[in-house]
Amino acid sequence: MNLTLKVWRQSGPSAPGKMATYRVEDVSPDMSFLEMLDVLNERLILSGDDPVAFDHDCREGICGMCGMVINGVAHGEQRATTTCQLHMRHFEDGATITIEPWRAAPFPVVKDLVVDRSAFDRIIQAGGFVSVPAGSAPDAHSIPVRKEDADDAFDAATCIGCGACVAACPNGSASLFTAAKITHLSLLPQGQPERLTRAKAMVDQMDAEGFGGCTNTGECTAVCPKGIPLDTIAQMNSDYLKANAK
Amino acid sequence: MAGYLASEDVTATIERGAATAPVLKPTPKKPTPSGKRGGFLRSSNGKKAVMAVTGAAMVLFLILHMLGNLKIFLGKDSFNEYAEALRTLLEPLAPYRTVLTILEAGLVVAVVLHMWAAISLARRAHHARPVKYVAKKSQAKGYTTHIMRWGGLTIVLFLVWHLLDLSFGVVNPKGYDSAPADRMIAGFDLSRWWVTLFYVVAVVMVGLHLRHGIWSMFQTLGWATRFKALRPVAALVSAVLVIGFLAPPLAVTFGVIK
Repeated sequence: MNLTLKVWRQSGPSAPGKMATYRVEDVSPDMSFLEMLDVLNERLILSGDDPVAFDHDCREGICGMCGMVINGVAHGEQRATTTCQLHMRHFEDGATITIEPWRAAPFPVVKDLVVDRSAFDRIIQAGGFVSVPAGSAPDAHSIPVRKEDADDAFDAATCIGCGACVAACPNGSASLFTAAKITHLSLLPQGQPERLTRAKAMVDQMDAEGFGGCTNTGECTAVCPKGIPLDTIAQMNSDYLKANAK
Repeated sequence: MAGYLASEDVTATIERGAATAPVLKPTPKKPTPSGKRGGFLRSSNGKKAVMAVTGAAMVLFLILHMLGNLKIFLGKDSFNEYAEALRTLLEPLAPYRTVLTILEAGLVVAVVLHMWAAISLARRAHHARPVKYVAKKSQAKGYTTHIMRWGGLTIVLFLVWHLLDLSFGVVNPKGYDSAPADRMIAGFDLSRWWVTLFYVVAVVMVGLHLRHGIWSMFQTLGWATRFKALRPVAALVSAVLVIGFLAPPLAVTFGVIK
């Protein structure tokens, strides 16, 4: 496969960025998107250019490190797939592919396609602790959990914190991420003691970071590699309103 | 979880260029607005709640308004009596037009708060994405979510015209001192077909606004998880309102009601 890439190049956090065009030849359709970028970078290095910086770690779709907006869609148009699990066979030979970083004020560009997602860490930190016994492991059946609640909590807990929801949201909102983190604890018995204070602290931190508000467009859940449902946002809203009513 | 928590600047280098970005020092924790007075209304979720509650009030108003309009099909007298009844609600306990004026004031407050929340959230969204995408493709189903802000603006412009036309009679051929039914019939006369056309466009815009808005209201208030049929119900209510609001003016324009 031969491809034309239009890639966002930005040398540092405060440097102005621009799109640069590269030709990549002899790409195997079996390569992942990141392997294709590795090929590009090898050639850039050999020709003495600065390689394109991008985030990646496990390359198994479970760590949440990779992520770029490919042809206008976070993680590319393949549904429920991280960038590292997106393969070149989904692209046409000779295609032009635009690659941009997540764009949101709370996610400043570090370099090229790498953004600083520490804002997510601070939202998690604002959530504080969960009151659980930290001694020896309890019996698995010592706290009964409804099957439906366990399933919904697990669905929410599959969030890998990649930030695609923020990237896709027309408002730059982090509601799906924050809602997933709030919901996976608020549906379980272990999450009840701090449920409302946690929801309030995390939503307030989300606002403080400068993320936009949710307008229920559903763009986030459509690009989420883990398919976190919009229901989690309703759960977050409910907990937040209850916390404020107290 | 993504983050750069190393305490000193580190750069991994490969031959002639950096393959990974420099590792940043952790940024200090930003203060939260919680605990401050008025924190709820300053929060994005608080503004959304204001939007939902005021929206709900306006939807209830629209349903009653539509039912009232349909009285024109029972005859001009029925419509005029209904208009008079609105002004004499709770008489003689309350003076003429008391209840109606209170309701009108409530509606004005709802409209203003709804717009305040919308503008404030739009500004927030604007600040959250200072650098726009070169290419951006929508992945969510549903076009209605993308016309909420422009749709809202269209509805406000229509509202101004609508009040000048049928409430104050300023731009109505019959003027202020006329029976409500006469104003309606003169206002939507075939010779003023462009008024009817503007009305149709605006009402369809209201319908699209509500198709997203009614569902969104339940989502914002955290009730959407309990009612799975909300989206179809929102679409149905919107469709009924559009048909109910379009029937009287179209009937007048096409001469069914004279």
